[in-house]
Amino acid sequence: MTRPTPDSVVDPPATSPGPAAVTRKRGHARAAGLRTPRWVGWLFVAPALGVYAVFVLRPIALTVQYSMYRWDGIGPSTWAGLGNYARVFTDPDLYDSILNAVKLIVFFSVIPVVLGLMSASTIRRIAASRLALVGRTVLFLPQVIPLVAAGIAWSWLLSSAGLVNQLLTSVGLGGVARAWLGDFSTALPAVGVIGAWVLLGLCTILLLSGMSKIDPALYEAARMDGAGPLREFLSITVPSLRQEIGVCVTVTVIAALASFDIVYVSTQGGPGNATMVPGLEIYYLAFSERQVGIASALAVVLMVLVLVVALPIQWLTKDRSS
Amino acid sequence: MSRRTRWNGAALAVVMGGTLAAGCGAPGGDAPQPEAPSATLATAPTCGTAPVTLNAYVETGFPLPKELSSEFSKQHPNVKWNIREDQFAVITQNAPRVLADDPPDLMRLPQVSELVKNNLLKNLDGYAKAFGWDSWPASQLEQMRMTPGGKTRGEGSLYAMGLNFSMTGVFYNKKLAAKIGMSSPPATLAELDDALAKAKSAGITPIAQFNGGATGGLAFPLQDLMAAYGPSGPINDWIYQKPGATIDTPSNLQATRHLEKWIKAGHFWKDVNAVDYATMMSRFIKGDGLFMFDGDWESGNLDKQMPGDVGFFLMPPAQQGGRQAAMSAPLAFGISSRAKNADCAAFFLNWVATDPKAREIGVKVGGSHPMGPADAPMPEVTKGTVTASTLEAGAKIAEDDGAMDFIANATGAIYAKSWTPQLQKLVAGQQTPEELLKSVQSDYTSQVGGS
Repeated sequence: MTRPTPDSVVDPPATSPGPAAVTRKRGHARAAGLRTPRWVGWLFVAPALGVYAVFVLRPIALTVQYSMYRWDGIGPSTWAGLGNYARVFTDPDLYDSILNAVKLIVFFSVIPVVLGLMSASTIRRIAASRLALVGRTVLFLPQVIPLVAAGIAWSWLLSSAGLVNQLLTSVGLGGVARAWLGDFSTALPAVGVIGAWVLLGLCTILLLSGMSKIDPALYEAARMDGAGPLREFLSITVPSLRQEIGVCVTVTVIAALASFDIVYVSTQGGPGNATMVPGLEIYYLAFSERQVGIASALAVVLMVLVLVVALPIQWLTKDRSS
Repeated sequence: MSRRTRWNGAALAVVMGGTLAAGCGAPGGDAPQPEAPSATLATAPTCGTAPVTLNAYVETGFPLPKELSSEFSKQHPNVKWNIREDQFAVITQNAPRVLADDPPDLMRLPQVSELVKNNLLKNLDGYAKAFGWDSWPASQLEQMRMTPGGKTRGEGSLYAMGLNFSMTGVFYNKKLAAKIGMSSPPATLAELDDALAKAKSAGITPIAQFNGGATGGLAFPLQDLMAAYGPSGPINDWIYQKPGATIDTPSNLQATRHLEKWIKAGHFWKDVNAVDYATMMSRFIKGDGLFMFDGDWESGNLDKQMPGDVGFFLMPPAQQGGRQAAMSAPLAFGISSRAKNADCAAFFLNWVATDPKAREIGVKVGGSHPMGPADAPMPEVTKGTVTASTLEAGAKIAEDDGAMDFIANATGAIYAKSWTPQLQKLVAGQQTPEELLKSVQSDYTSQVGGS
């Protein structure tokens, strides 16, 4: 059974390099008046294609196959047709997990991208100072830490005697202090905050590198026309970062929909399924309930969902000028 | 990239994926075939004298199997060990695949019914006869018996063997007990309620318990309450998946309501839904919490960490002098149906229960009652320790025939997917006792009938 990874989900249309390579090569050969056999292009592509087929396409195909059966993973299986898919959309436990993943998009995508834009432009403004380096490092640090370690550290911070509650109590907000990850109303947002913390650094660095490509003359021109920092930001920075923002949104939305590690470490889906996400549900279904069929069906639904969300983002943020 | 080539690419992906997946037919079917009924063994098997390496797969964090294996090698130098360790959750998830693909001679087992269904475990009836295990108290082995095909537990052939059997009940902090004037353990449920209320008004957390993550520890007090309000037999029937068994009974409803009363009275920590097992232990050891519903696998640890300050009692009955019950389960080990050294593994299991030195290790290191004949000599235990009182409790449970398996072991998924979320909702006031039992029962029915 596979969990769709960002590559496997987003890339197939873009990375079927075989035919593209062949077409390009043929065009070239014709122009030069040489005749290279058709299959030579395939020869170059074959190793990569083989690995891709065995480790990406085959697991996906098997998952689709398993999703049509009732199977405990070991014994004989029985044909179930689309029954498992019907279960995914009728069992409240299963579709609630999908809804939770959608809610997580706010924390995993919207917050990191918005804050990332703000912090990147701030860092760019003070690029020369030492503070910029410190800021970059601090923001990017979560990317270096394994997600499991981040999850453990945050579950300490958010525990009832943790730092977050100590801070709240010390400023007189002891009334709102609670076990953030153990409370039905705050568990999902708390998990979201961990995700936002992890992904903010990635977005900041991506956007910062995008900003360095923007022609300084544009800013100069804008300033001559009397634009303030906000106008510069909205009229030059954001539009120029269209592609980078596209990448950030795509990566973070997929991280939200396919989230697993942070949730598994910090709440394990609890309390009472309040933070259950499809990735975790698939894992429980396959390895604790031993319902490989339903787990596979949910995995396929998750993959389609990721494609449905990610492809329009790709299309919307494509650079149409080239 | 032209439209045509893009379609070619898509078609290619489909064809390649399809080709790779096809030819396998329906998934599954690589499980072992059912064994022929095991032949009667003329003599009890041994490990022989030729060098043998036993492959074992055990739970990490519990030193007992390792201590036993090294003592065994000392007595039988031709036996060497190859031990793989994992957390229990990992063992649970991997059990079927490991038993099918990389069969260990000895393995710490989770819930066995699914494993027996797929013929992954060796039927131990032949060994039981040869070694005389069938003359031991029947309750010791009951939980490891299964009817053919793994349909019902608690009867039929033997598929696993315990290294010892654990006992659960209530630990209490003697220092805190003295503060509220509790000089002896409560004898009835009403006395327990009274002690809880006194602790609460004295500013002491009445019950230290965990209920966070995927392990709802409130199932411990809940099942104890169930056994206080009603007989333990029907609870076992439910756990053993006997036809028609239900958890949604009037006495269980009383028990669940009682638990809800404790929750509403604030007898648990406010953040109990975020407390995991390790946090509960460290808080209790630090002196936060008067009572703790837990098992004797901690008695050795508590004797070391809070010497003389911890007591243990069995859940008191609802009426004075009523029968008592406790969750009690063997530390189950099984032999893969494809094991290479099954005879030697069985000999080891018998040795654990009968060798005096092994029994001593079982009590000292494991903290629990050893398996074996009722009249087997018991190792010496220091008086006044928690270990001594948990062993005594074991005798009382045997007398009342009150041993129950854990309600979390009824099916592979019932704990993580039903009891835990439901109990967490009960704590948060989002579930009623009636609906809790109904919901668990409906999950149970679909899991037992469904897969």
